Amino acid sequence: MRKNIWVNLGFQIGALLVALIITTILLLAAGAPPLSAYWSVLQGAFGSGDNIIAILITWSPLLLTTAGVLITFAAGLWNIGMEGQMVLGAIFTTGMIRLLQDTGVPPVLIIILGVLAGIVGGALWATLAGALKTFGGVNEIFGGLGLNFVATALTIYLVFGPWKRPGVGSMSGTQPFNTSLWLPTLPGTELSPWSLLISIIVIVMVYLLLRGTHFGLRLKAVGRNPRAAFLMGVPTWQYSMFAFLLCGAFAGLAGGIQVVGIYHRLLPNISNGYGFLGLLVAMLINYQAVWAAPIAFLFAALNIGSVQLQIQYKLDSSFAGVLQDLLVLMVLLGEGARQRLIKKT
Amino acid sequence: MKVELKDIHKSFGAVHANVGIHLIVPGGTIQGILGENGAGKSTLMKILSGFIRADSGEIILEGVPVHIHSPADAIQYGIGMLHQDPLDFPPLQVIDNFVLGRKGGLLADKRTATRDFKQLAEEFSFSIDPEAYVDSLTVGERQQLEILRLIWLGAQVLIFDEPTTGISAAQKVKLFAALRLLAQQGKTILFVSHKLEDVEDLCDRVAVLRQGVLVGVTQPPYSTQKLVEMMFGKEITVGERKPSGGSDVAVTLSSLSVEDYRLKIQNVDLQVRCGEVIGLAGMEGSGQALFLRALSGMTRTVGGRILVNGRDLTGRSYHFFKNRGVAFLPASRLEEGLIPGLNLTEHFIMAEKATGFFINWEKGRMLAEERIKEFNVRGTPANTVESLSGGNQQRALLALLRRQLTLLLLEHPTRGLDIESTIYIWNKLKERCQSGTAIIFISSDLEEILQYSDRVLVFFSGNVSLPLDAQSLTTEKLGELIGGKGWPEIAPGTAA
Repeated sequence: MRKNIWVNLGFQIGALLVALIITTILLLAAGAPPLSAYWSVLQGAFGSGDNIIAILITWSPLLLTTAGVLITFAAGLWNIGMEGQMVLGAIFTTGMIRLLQDTGVPPVLIIILGVLAGIVGGALWATLAGALKTFGGVNEIFGGLGLNFVATALTIYLVFGPWKRPGVGSMSGTQPFNTSLWLPTLPGTELSPWSLLISIIVIVMVYLLLRGTHFGLRLKAVGRNPRAAFLMGVPTWQYSMFAFLLCGAFAGLAGGIQVVGIYHRLLPNISNGYGFLGLLVAMLINYQAVWAAPIAFLFAALNIGSVQLQIQYKLDSSFAGVLQDLLVLMVLLGEGARQRLIKKT
Repeated sequence: MKVELKDIHKSFGAVHANVGIHLIVPGGTIQGILGENGAGKSTLMKILSGFIRADSGEIILEGVPVHIHSPADAIQYGIGMLHQDPLDFPPLQVIDNFVLGRKGGLLADKRTATRDFKQLAEEFSFSIDPEAYVDSLTVGERQQLEILRLIWLGAQVLIFDEPTTGISAAQKVKLFAALRLLAQQGKTILFVSHKLEDVEDLCDRVAVLRQGVLVGVTQPPYSTQKLVEMMFGKEITVGERKPSGGSDVAVTLSSLSVEDYRLKIQNVDLQVRCGEVIGLAGMEGSGQALFLRALSGMTRTVGGRILVNGRDLTGRSYHFFKNRGVAFLPASRLEEGLIPGLNLTEHFIMAEKATGFFINWEKGRMLAEERIKEFNVRGTPANTVESLSGGNQQRALLALLRRQLTLLLLEHPTRGLDIESTIYIWNKLKERCQSGTAIIFISSDLEEILQYSDRVLVFFSGNVSLPLDAQSLTTEKLGELIGGKGWPEIAPGTAA
């Protein structure tokens, strides 16, 4: 047993090395000196207090989407539609705030109601994907992907149509809200302690839910063998739908917080790819909720750090994405290779 | 072809699966390989057919030592193996399956292949349409296809791993006829089984394995007693059959009708007493599975009533039935019964009624330990179910059942299990009967039906017999009924 742990660790380190080697080759091909490029990423991520705060700002929504996807993965579902669910959350939050902002309702209450509306929006969108699967036989990957496009189109329609700024609508989004409707941040920064706190509470909740509750155990049973779970007395489709609903609620929460905490308005691409990034994190940690926080932090750090690549080497900052994707791919490959080797011996 | 195995050793980790096995099989014989689950039969056969390699030892064909590295190698040497679950390609046509594995050019010569196929099929009196898709065939027909394919590839030695599991009685007769014909043609047949009856019926000689060791080779006339002793190292007696059942009625069916797209079962009337055991006999697909699933609430009935403990459950859902004390145990253990990836503790927690929101892991682990001990499951609470052997999976499934049940429905409760496990499981089931649970079970093993049932329902293409007293039946009689003979006497009004 002990030996196995070391073998696993060896494979994971190996996977990391391979990912780094390939990234290095790509860096060389792009004409950047790899060592100093890595150094600048590290500097960019951890070089100053501001950078660390930037990482925390990214970490918070990423934790939420990871938490959501852990639930659907447990139920054996691929919720690719988290991007769209985040967007719907943002739309619902914006809508609720627009509705209430001139009514004299206390701002704190508006913010809370706005975020709650976001949760509902995300949950609805996810439930729609779930219903398509359960009642329409549409694979959740296709349903989710389709609904992502619809969500994006809806945002653009709103930004350029009914909710456009006074004058001409623009890609920069709707008219920003009054500062009283902004989520309070730490002085001099854009980091909202509320958003951070909520994210941490959510990931701890999901960890407990999956590890220690009857609900979590049944969800896993449905994910691994729906037929047997049904025969053992679990109402399977209800559990699948509820997994979608929960995941969508977390995504919607992330979208709502993007609106009240970061952008203070609705704009296209408000989901920022956190939905997909959450999927990557969940895959990398092999669906073990314990690792969600540190790995999401690492990914956030890579995102922030690689901004430096653009500044110093004129490389697109999506280079962080390349490294993240390679990492996931190599870890999955390493896992496959490990299983094959173990079978042989 | 004469096959000689010399001092074969094979270990998997700490388990010594084959310990210095010597076996000589002359050409033209049907050699039985007998042993309980885990005795090392499959390992030995997989070594001969190239699926795995021995740690040491020699394989000698017609006096020439050979090295077999892969199944493709094996077939080059003329050795082919039929696996317990057919290794074929269900989405393909029969003829494509037949051609697969044949060395040749880029384009298969289908016309020649079809001609050869038909010729071979005729020789063995198999009737399979070469144009049919494999997934439309029964397990027995898929087995026949595999036999034809291996012969066409030039197999001189054919290995059959538990070939009588999951096929109908009629298909078994055909299979045995084919095997005898193959032996007459000088081919060597290795017949792996744990079914005494099959081995005694068919084999020219029998080698018995126990815990990796070849304990002996015997020839006819066989003594069942002796074979059992060799297999288990001790004498096992089947428990005395005593009629069970009180006078209280557990289940009442009145003019029950069930349908699926193929079959119509109509107007079944039955009263099952508490503690009674009812066996459902019939060829696979004669309606007994449909009937059983209707009784579990999984398949909606189209007419009549189902009363459990006096309560009308007609038209209710499976979960409603379950909560009223009706339990269903499916035949496919890992597909429908258990959840791969979850351990035994998690299974026991799921099977019990959930109390509270959070799981009490300590309590769950203790429950698991207690049941594991009680049901003699070889495993620990932390073992995932897929790491258990078939017999232990079945014991685990039984252990998972809640305490108080009115009706227990079982599909092939002992399929694929060795005699020891079978007896154990029936003892446990009988304990349930003593506490008042009625049992209805399907089995394709006629002896099991006669041994353990109080009454028997025979199914024949959707027709259901009147309940027959098991003690008034014999295997021969039951066999005839299953085959559709003698029906007017037992079910007036049905023409079979």
